[in-house]
Amino acid sequence: MAKKVSLLEDFTKGIWKENPILIALLGLCPTLAVTISVENGLAMGLAASFVLICSSTLISLLRNLIPKQVRIASFIVIIATFVTIADRYLAAFYPEISKNLGPFIPLIIVNCIILGRQEAFASKNGVGRSILDALGMGLGFTLVLLILSTIRELLGSGTILGYQVMWDSFSPWMVMVLPPGAFLTLGLMIGASNWINDRRTR
Amino acid sequence: MNTSVKMILVLTLISALSGGLLSYWDAYTSEKIEAYRQQEIQQAVKEVLPDTDEEKIQEAGDFTFYVGYKNGDITGVAFVAEGGGFQDIISLMVGVTPDFSKFTGLAVLSQKETPGLGTKIAYDPSRKGNETWFVDQFQGKKSGNLTYVKNQKAYGDSEIEAITGATISSNAVITILNKCIPTAKSVFESINQ
Repeated sequence: MAKKVSLLEDFTKGIWKENPILIALLGLCPTLAVTISVENGLAMGLAASFVLICSSTLISLLRNLIPKQVRIASFIVIIATFVTIADRYLAAFYPEISKNLGPFIPLIIVNCIILGRQEAFASKNGVGRSILDALGMGLGFTLVLLILSTIRELLGSGTILGYQVMWDSFSPWMVMVLPPGAFLTLGLMIGASNWINDRRTR
Repeated sequence: MNTSVKMILVLTLISALSGGLLSYWDAYTSEKIEAYRQQEIQQAVKEVLPDTDEEKIQEAGDFTFYVGYKNGDITGVAFVAEGGGFQDIISLMVGVTPDFSKFTGLAVLSQKETPGLGTKIAYDPSRKGNETWFVDQFQGKKSGNLTYVKNQKAYGDSEIEAITGATISSNAVITILNKCIPTAKSVFESINQ
Protein backbone atom coordinates (compact mmCIF):
# COMPACT_ATOMS: atom_id res chain seq x y z
CA MET A 1 0.00 0.00 0.00
CA ALA A 2 1.05 3.57 -0.54
CA LYS A 3 2.49 4.85 2.70
CA LYS A 4 1.39 8.45 2.35
CA VAL A 5 -2.37 7.89 2.43
CA SER A 6 -3.87 9.79 5.35
CA LEU A 7 -6.55 8.28 7.58
CA LEU A 8 -9.03 10.87 6.38
CA GLU A 9 -8.36 9.89 2.79
CA ASP A 10 -9.01 6.23 3.59
CA PHE A 11 -12.43 7.27 4.78
CA THR A 12 -13.38 9.81 2.12
CA LYS A 13 -12.20 7.91 -0.95
CA GLY A 14 -15.26 5.64 -0.77
CA ILE A 15 -17.63 8.57 -0.87
CA TRP A 16 -16.35 10.20 -4.03
CA LYS A 17 -12.94 9.38 -5.51
CA GLU A 18 -13.39 5.60 -5.47
CA ASN A 19 -17.15 5.47 -5.01
CA PRO A 20 -18.16 1.81 -5.32
CA ILE A 21 -21.08 2.53 -7.66
CA LEU A 22 -20.30 5.73 -9.55
CA ILE A 23 -16.60 5.07 -10.18
CA ALA A 24 -15.97 1.35 -9.66
CA LEU A 25 -19.39 0.26 -10.99
CA LEU A 26 -19.59 -2.53 -8.43
CA GLY A 27 -22.71 -3.92 -6.78
CA LEU A 28 -24.99 -2.72 -9.56
CA CYS A 29 -27.49 -5.57 -9.23
CA PRO A 30 -29.08 -4.47 -5.91
CA THR A 31 -28.51 -0.83 -6.91
CA LEU A 32 -30.71 -1.17 -9.95
CA ALA A 33 -33.22 -3.61 -8.50
CA VAL A 34 -34.26 -2.26 -5.11
CA THR A 35 -34.17 1.51 -5.58
CA ILE A 36 -37.87 1.78 -6.38
CA SER A 37 -38.55 3.53 -3.07
CA VAL A 38 -36.40 5.53 -0.65
CA GLU A 39 -37.24 3.11 2.16
CA ASN A 40 -35.92 0.12 0.19
CA GLY A 41 -32.82 1.99 -0.98
CA LEU A 42 -31.97 3.12 2.53
CA ALA A 43 -32.54 -0.35 4.03
CA MET A 44 -30.38 -1.94 1.35
CA GLY A 45 -27.59 0.62 1.85
CA LEU A 46 -27.59 0.22 5.63
CA ALA A 47 -27.71 -3.59 5.49
CA ALA A 48 -24.79 -3.73 3.05
CA SER A 49 -22.82 -1.19 5.11
CA PHE A 50 -23.40 -3.21 8.28
CA VAL A 51 -22.08 -6.35 6.59
CA LEU A 52 -19.15 -4.46 5.08
CA ILE A 53 -18.05 -2.85 8.35
CA CYS A 54 -18.37 -6.06 10.40
CA SER A 55 -16.60 -8.20 7.80
CA SER A 56 -13.80 -5.69 7.26
CA THR A 57 -13.17 -5.43 10.99
CA LEU A 58 -13.07 -9.18 11.55
CA ILE A 59 -11.07 -10.00 8.43
CA SER A 60 -8.50 -7.33 9.15
CA LEU A 61 -8.13 -8.79 12.66
CA LEU A 62 -7.71 -12.30 11.28
CA ARG A 63 -5.61 -11.32 8.27
CA ASN A 64 -2.38 -12.88 9.54
CA LEU A 65 -4.13 -16.04 10.69
CA ILE A 66 -5.91 -16.98 7.47
CA PRO A 67 -3.68 -18.90 5.02
CA LYS A 68 -3.59 -17.31 1.56
CA GLN A 69 -4.97 -20.44 -0.12
CA VAL A 70 -8.27 -20.40 1.75
CA ARG A 71 -8.73 -16.66 2.12
CA ILE A 72 -11.64 -16.33 -0.34
CA ALA A 73 -13.48 -19.24 1.28
CA SER A 74 -12.91 -17.70 4.71
CA PHE A 75 -14.08 -14.28 3.52
CA ILE A 76 -17.26 -15.76 2.08
CA VAL A 77 -18.08 -17.66 5.29
CA ILE A 78 -17.56 -14.53 7.38
CA ILE A 79 -19.55 -12.33 5.00
CA ALA A 80 -22.36 -14.90 4.79
CA THR A 81 -22.57 -15.01 8.58
CA PHE A 82 -23.13 -11.26 8.84
CA VAL A 83 -25.53 -11.24 5.90
CA THR A 84 -27.64 -13.94 7.56
CA ILE A 85 -27.67 -11.94 10.77
CA ALA A 86 -28.85 -8.84 8.88
CA ASP A 87 -31.42 -10.83 6.90
CA ARG A 88 -32.96 -12.46 9.99
CA TYR A 89 -32.91 -9.14 11.83
CA LEU A 90 -34.89 -7.41 9.09
CA ALA A 91 -37.33 -10.32 8.82
CA ALA A 92 -37.97 -10.23 12.57
CA PHE A 93 -38.17 -6.50 13.18
CA TYR A 94 -38.97 -4.91 9.80
CA PRO A 95 -41.01 -7.62 8.04
CA GLU A 96 -42.44 -5.23 5.44
CA ILE A 97 -39.01 -4.05 4.28
CA SER A 98 -37.73 -7.61 4.34
CA LYS A 99 -40.61 -8.62 2.09
CA ASN A 100 -39.91 -5.77 -0.35
CA LEU A 101 -36.19 -6.50 -0.61
CA GLY A 102 -36.82 -10.22 -1.05
CA PRO A 103 -33.75 -12.13 -2.19
CA PHE A 104 -31.54 -9.04 -2.43
CA ILE A 105 -30.55 -9.14 1.23
CA PRO A 106 -29.22 -12.74 1.05
CA LEU A 107 -27.56 -11.74 -2.23
CA ILE A 108 -25.32 -9.26 -0.37
CA ILE A 109 -23.13 -12.33 0.23
CA VAL A 110 -21.97 -12.18 -3.38
CA ASN A 111 -21.96 -8.38 -3.58
CA CYS A 112 -18.61 -7.55 -5.17
CA ILE A 113 -18.20 -4.34 -3.15
CA ILE A 114 -17.90 -6.35 0.04
CA LEU A 115 -15.68 -9.16 -1.21
CA GLY A 116 -13.69 -6.58 -3.18
CA ARG A 117 -12.92 -4.50 -0.09
CA GLN A 118 -11.81 -7.58 1.85
CA GLU A 119 -9.45 -8.68 -0.90
CA ALA A 120 -8.18 -5.22 -1.79
CA PHE A 121 -8.06 -3.57 1.61
CA ALA A 122 -9.04 -5.32 4.85
CA SER A 123 -6.76 -8.32 4.27
CA LYS A 124 -3.76 -5.98 3.82
CA ASN A 125 -4.36 -3.19 6.34
CA GLY A 126 -4.78 -2.67 10.05
CA VAL A 127 -8.11 -2.66 11.86
CA GLY A 128 -8.40 1.12 12.18
CA ARG A 129 -7.84 1.82 8.52
CA SER A 130 -10.07 -1.11 7.50
CA ILE A 131 -12.96 0.22 9.56
CA LEU A 132 -12.49 3.71 8.07
CA ASP A 133 -12.37 2.23 4.59
CA ALA A 134 -15.51 0.17 5.20
CA LEU A 135 -17.33 3.18 6.69
CA GLY A 136 -16.45 5.32 3.69
CA MET A 137 -17.40 2.68 1.13
CA GLY A 138 -20.63 1.89 2.99
CA LEU A 139 -21.52 5.57 3.17
CA GLY A 140 -20.71 6.05 -0.52
CA PHE A 141 -22.90 3.09 -1.45
CA THR A 142 -25.77 4.22 0.78
CA LEU A 143 -25.64 7.82 -0.47
CA VAL A 144 -25.83 6.78 -4.12
CA LEU A 145 -28.73 4.42 -3.34
CA LEU A 146 -30.48 7.25 -1.50
CA ILE A 147 -30.13 9.74 -4.36
CA LEU A 148 -31.12 7.14 -6.96
CA SER A 149 -34.14 5.94 -5.00
CA THR A 150 -35.26 9.50 -4.20
CA ILE A 151 -35.29 10.40 -7.89
CA ARG A 152 -37.07 7.18 -8.83
CA GLU A 153 -39.71 7.35 -6.10
CA LEU A 154 -40.35 11.06 -6.68
CA LEU A 155 -40.88 10.70 -10.43
CA GLY A 156 -42.22 7.14 -10.46
CA SER A 157 -44.75 7.38 -7.63
CA GLY A 158 -44.86 11.09 -6.77
CA THR A 159 -43.94 10.33 -3.17
CA ILE A 160 -40.97 10.38 -0.80
CA LEU A 161 -40.92 7.69 1.90
CA GLY A 162 -44.58 7.09 1.06
CA TYR A 163 -45.66 10.71 1.59
CA GLN A 164 -47.25 12.51 -1.35
CA VAL A 165 -44.99 15.42 -2.33
CA MET A 166 -45.88 16.06 -5.96
CA TRP A 167 -48.94 18.12 -6.88
CA ASP A 168 -52.26 16.28 -7.24
CA SER A 169 -52.47 16.33 -11.03
CA PHE A 170 -48.93 14.92 -11.37
CA SER A 171 -49.10 11.65 -13.23
CA PRO A 172 -46.32 9.26 -12.19
CA TRP A 173 -43.77 8.24 -14.80
CA MET A 174 -44.30 4.52 -14.97
CA VAL A 175 -40.89 3.98 -16.54
CA MET A 176 -39.13 5.16 -13.37
CA VAL A 177 -40.33 2.22 -11.26
CA LEU A 178 -39.45 -0.25 -14.02
CA PRO A 179 -35.89 -1.45 -14.80
CA PRO A 180 -35.29 1.10 -17.62
CA GLY A 181 -35.84 3.94 -15.12
CA ALA A 182 -33.06 2.52 -12.95
CA PHE A 183 -30.63 2.29 -15.86
CA LEU A 184 -31.48 5.78 -17.14
CA THR A 185 -31.17 7.44 -13.74
CA LEU A 186 -27.96 5.63 -12.83
CA GLY A 187 -26.49 6.44 -16.25
CA LEU A 188 -27.25 10.12 -15.80
CA MET A 189 -25.75 10.06 -12.29
CA ILE A 190 -22.54 8.43 -13.52
CA GLY A 191 -22.43 10.96 -16.38
CA ALA A 192 -22.85 13.82 -13.94
CA SER A 193 -20.09 12.55 -11.64
CA ASN A 194 -17.73 12.11 -14.59
CA TRP A 195 -18.55 15.61 -15.80
CA ILE A 196 -17.76 17.06 -12.38
CA ASN A 197 -14.48 15.12 -12.17
CA ASP A 198 -13.60 16.26 -15.67
CA ARG A 199 -14.20 19.90 -14.83
CA ARG A 200 -12.05 19.59 -11.73
CA THR A 201 -9.02 18.15 -13.45
CA ARG A 202 -9.04 20.82 -16.12
CA MET B 1 2.83 -25.69 11.13
CA ASN B 2 2.08 -27.54 7.95
CA THR B 3 0.08 -25.30 5.59
CA SER B 4 -2.51 -27.95 4.78
CA VAL B 5 -3.23 -28.53 8.45
CA LYS B 6 -3.43 -24.81 9.06
CA MET B 7 -5.83 -24.36 6.14
CA ILE B 8 -8.16 -27.04 7.44
CA LEU B 9 -7.90 -25.79 11.00
CA VAL B 10 -8.62 -22.15 10.22
CA LEU B 11 -11.51 -22.81 7.88
CA THR B 12 -13.06 -25.32 10.28
CA LEU B 13 -12.72 -22.89 13.15
CA ILE B 14 -14.30 -20.01 11.21
CA SER B 15 -17.18 -22.20 10.02
CA ALA B 16 -17.81 -23.60 13.50
CA LEU B 17 -17.88 -20.12 15.04
CA SER B 18 -20.17 -18.90 12.28
CA GLY B 19 -22.51 -21.85 12.78
CA GLY B 20 -22.63 -21.32 16.52
CA LEU B 21 -23.34 -17.62 16.21
CA LEU B 22 -26.05 -18.17 13.62
CA SER B 23 -27.86 -20.89 15.56
CA TYR B 24 -27.99 -18.54 18.54
CA TRP B 25 -29.27 -15.71 16.33
CA ASP B 26 -31.81 -17.99 14.69
CA ALA B 27 -33.25 -19.03 18.05
CA TYR B 28 -33.58 -15.35 18.92
CA THR B 29 -35.31 -14.21 15.72
CA SER B 30 -37.29 -17.21 14.48
CA GLU B 31 -39.97 -16.77 17.14
CA LYS B 32 -40.66 -13.21 16.00
CA ILE B 33 -40.62 -14.16 12.33
CA GLU B 34 -43.08 -17.01 12.94
CA ALA B 35 -45.32 -14.77 15.05
CA TYR B 36 -45.47 -12.20 12.28
CA ARG B 37 -46.31 -14.86 9.71
CA GLN B 38 -49.14 -16.21 11.87
CA GLN B 39 -50.48 -12.72 12.43
CA GLU B 40 -50.42 -12.06 8.70
CA ILE B 41 -52.34 -15.28 8.00
CA GLN B 42 -54.86 -14.56 10.76
CA GLN B 43 -55.49 -11.11 9.34
CA ALA B 44 -55.96 -12.51 5.83
CA VAL B 45 -58.38 -15.16 7.13
CA LYS B 46 -60.47 -12.45 8.82
CA GLU B 47 -60.52 -10.50 5.58
CA VAL B 48 -61.69 -13.35 3.38
CA LEU B 49 -64.22 -14.76 5.89
CA PRO B 50 -66.12 -11.60 6.82
CA ASP B 51 -69.18 -13.34 8.30
CA THR B 52 -67.35 -15.26 11.02
CA ASP B 53 -66.99 -15.24 14.82
CA GLU B 54 -64.37 -17.90 15.22
CA GLU B 55 -62.10 -20.03 13.08
CA LYS B 56 -61.04 -23.62 13.55
CA ILE B 57 -57.99 -25.05 11.85
CA GLN B 58 -58.06 -28.35 9.98
CA GLU B 59 -54.96 -29.73 8.36
CA ALA B 60 -55.05 -32.24 5.53
CA GLY B 61 -52.36 -33.06 2.99
CA ASP B 62 -50.84 -29.88 1.62
CA PHE B 63 -53.73 -27.75 2.80
CA THR B 64 -54.48 -25.94 6.03
CA PHE B 65 -58.16 -25.07 6.18
CA TYR B 66 -59.43 -22.24 8.32
CA VAL B 67 -63.08 -23.11 8.87
CA GLY B 68 -65.20 -20.13 9.85
CA TYR B 69 -68.17 -20.44 12.19
CA LYS B 70 -70.90 -18.06 13.26
CA ASN B 71 -73.27 -19.05 16.08
CA GLY B 72 -72.10 -22.63 15.68
CA ASP B 73 -72.89 -22.80 11.95
CA ILE B 74 -70.16 -23.14 9.39
CA THR B 75 -70.12 -20.00 7.23
CA GLY B 76 -67.03 -20.38 5.09
CA VAL B 77 -63.68 -22.01 4.48
CA ALA B 78 -60.37 -20.25 3.89
CA PHE B 79 -57.14 -21.76 2.59
CA VAL B 80 -53.90 -20.75 0.92
CA ALA B 81 -53.61 -21.15 -2.87
CA GLU B 82 -50.27 -20.73 -4.60
CA GLY B 83 -49.07 -20.75 -8.17
CA GLY B 84 -46.79 -19.10 -10.67
CA GLY B 85 -47.17 -15.42 -11.33
CA PHE B 86 -45.35 -13.31 -13.92
CA GLN B 87 -41.94 -13.82 -12.28
CA ASP B 88 -42.42 -15.53 -8.96
CA ILE B 89 -44.97 -17.43 -6.89
CA ILE B 90 -48.19 -15.63 -6.03
CA SER B 91 -49.65 -16.70 -2.70
CA LEU B 92 -53.35 -16.06 -2.11
CA MET B 93 -55.71 -16.50 0.81
CA VAL B 94 -58.98 -17.76 -0.63
CA GLY B 95 -62.29 -17.57 1.21
CA VAL B 96 -65.23 -19.63 -0.11
CA THR B 97 -68.67 -20.66 1.06
CA PRO B 98 -68.85 -24.08 2.82
CA ASP B 99 -69.79 -25.82 -0.46
CA PHE B 100 -66.89 -24.11 -2.29
CA SER B 101 -69.28 -22.65 -4.89
CA LYS B 102 -68.83 -18.92 -4.25
CA PHE B 103 -66.12 -16.58 -3.03
CA THR B 104 -66.52 -14.89 0.33
CA GLY B 105 -63.27 -13.01 -0.22
CA LEU B 106 -59.76 -13.05 -1.59
CA ALA B 107 -56.50 -11.56 -0.29
CA VAL B 108 -52.94 -11.55 -1.60
CA LEU B 109 -50.44 -12.94 0.92
CA SER B 110 -47.33 -12.43 -1.14
CA GLN B 111 -46.40 -11.59 -4.71
CA LYS B 112 -43.39 -10.32 -6.64
CA GLU B 113 -45.09 -8.97 -9.75
CA THR B 114 -43.80 -6.02 -11.79
CA PRO B 115 -43.85 -2.94 -9.54
CA GLY B 116 -46.53 -0.49 -10.63
CA LEU B 117 -48.22 -2.96 -12.98
CA GLY B 118 -48.69 -6.50 -11.67
CA THR B 119 -48.50 -5.34 -8.06
CA LYS B 120 -51.95 -3.84 -8.61
CA ILE B 121 -53.40 -7.29 -7.88
CA ALA B 122 -52.57 -6.48 -4.26
CA TYR B 123 -52.60 -2.68 -4.17
CA ASP B 124 -53.56 -0.20 -6.86
CA PRO B 125 -52.62 3.36 -5.87
CA SER B 126 -54.33 4.80 -8.94
CA ARG B 127 -57.77 3.98 -7.50
CA LYS B 128 -57.88 6.17 -4.44
CA GLY B 129 -60.01 4.75 -1.63
CA ASN B 130 -60.47 1.49 -3.47
CA GLU B 131 -56.88 0.26 -3.74
CA THR B 132 -57.71 -3.42 -3.32
CA TRP B 133 -60.45 -3.43 -5.96
CA PHE B 134 -58.95 -6.33 -7.90
CA VAL B 135 -59.22 -8.90 -5.10
CA ASP B 136 -62.38 -7.29 -3.68
CA GLN B 137 -64.31 -7.94 -6.89
CA PHE B 138 -64.08 -11.70 -6.26
CA GLN B 139 -66.48 -11.51 -3.33
CA GLY B 140 -69.77 -13.15 -4.38
CA LYS B 141 -68.43 -14.49 -7.69
CA LYS B 142 -68.83 -18.15 -8.61
CA SER B 143 -65.67 -20.08 -7.90
CA GLY B 144 -65.54 -22.42 -10.91
CA ASN B 145 -64.08 -21.67 -14.34
CA LEU B 146 -63.28 -18.02 -13.87
CA THR B 147 -62.58 -15.94 -16.95
CA TYR B 148 -61.43 -12.37 -17.33
CA VAL B 149 -62.51 -9.40 -19.42
CA LYS B 150 -60.26 -6.54 -20.48
CA ASN B 151 -60.91 -2.81 -20.34
CA GLN B 152 -64.54 -3.13 -19.32
CA LYS B 153 -66.61 -3.84 -16.24
CA ALA B 154 -67.15 -7.51 -15.44
CA TYR B 155 -70.83 -8.36 -15.08
CA GLY B 156 -70.93 -12.17 -15.39
CA ASP B 157 -71.05 -14.44 -12.33
CA SER B 158 -67.62 -15.84 -13.03
CA GLU B 159 -66.11 -12.90 -14.90
CA ILE B 160 -63.24 -10.90 -13.46
CA GLU B 161 -62.09 -7.48 -14.64
CA ALA B 162 -58.40 -7.73 -15.53
CA ILE B 163 -55.91 -5.02 -14.62
CA THR B 164 -55.01 -2.82 -17.59
CA GLY B 165 -51.38 -3.44 -18.50
CA ALA B 166 -51.12 -6.48 -16.25
CA THR B 167 -53.20 -9.12 -17.96
CA ILE B 168 -50.57 -11.77 -17.22
CA SER B 169 -50.76 -11.16 -13.48
CA SER B 170 -54.57 -11.02 -13.56
CA ASN B 171 -54.69 -14.23 -15.53
CA ALA B 172 -52.18 -15.87 -13.17
CA VAL B 173 -54.48 -15.23 -10.21
CA ILE B 174 -57.44 -16.69 -12.09
CA THR B 175 -55.44 -19.74 -13.20
CA ILE B 176 -54.27 -20.41 -9.64
CA LEU B 177 -57.86 -20.21 -8.39
CA ASN B 178 -59.29 -22.40 -11.16
CA LYS B 179 -56.66 -25.02 -10.41
CA CYS B 180 -56.56 -24.93 -6.61
CA ILE B 181 -60.21 -24.62 -5.65
CA PRO B 182 -61.35 -28.02 -7.07
CA THR B 183 -58.35 -29.74 -5.41
CA ALA B 184 -59.02 -28.02 -2.11
CA LYS B 185 -62.68 -28.90 -2.35
CA SER B 186 -62.07 -32.62 -2.81
CA VAL B 187 -59.50 -32.68 0.03
CA PHE B 188 -61.84 -30.77 2.33
CA GLU B 189 -64.80 -33.00 1.54
CA SER B 190 -62.76 -36.16 2.03
CA ILE B 191 -61.98 -35.17 5.63
CA ASN B 192 -65.45 -33.80 6.45
CA GLN B 193 -67.86 -36.52 5.38
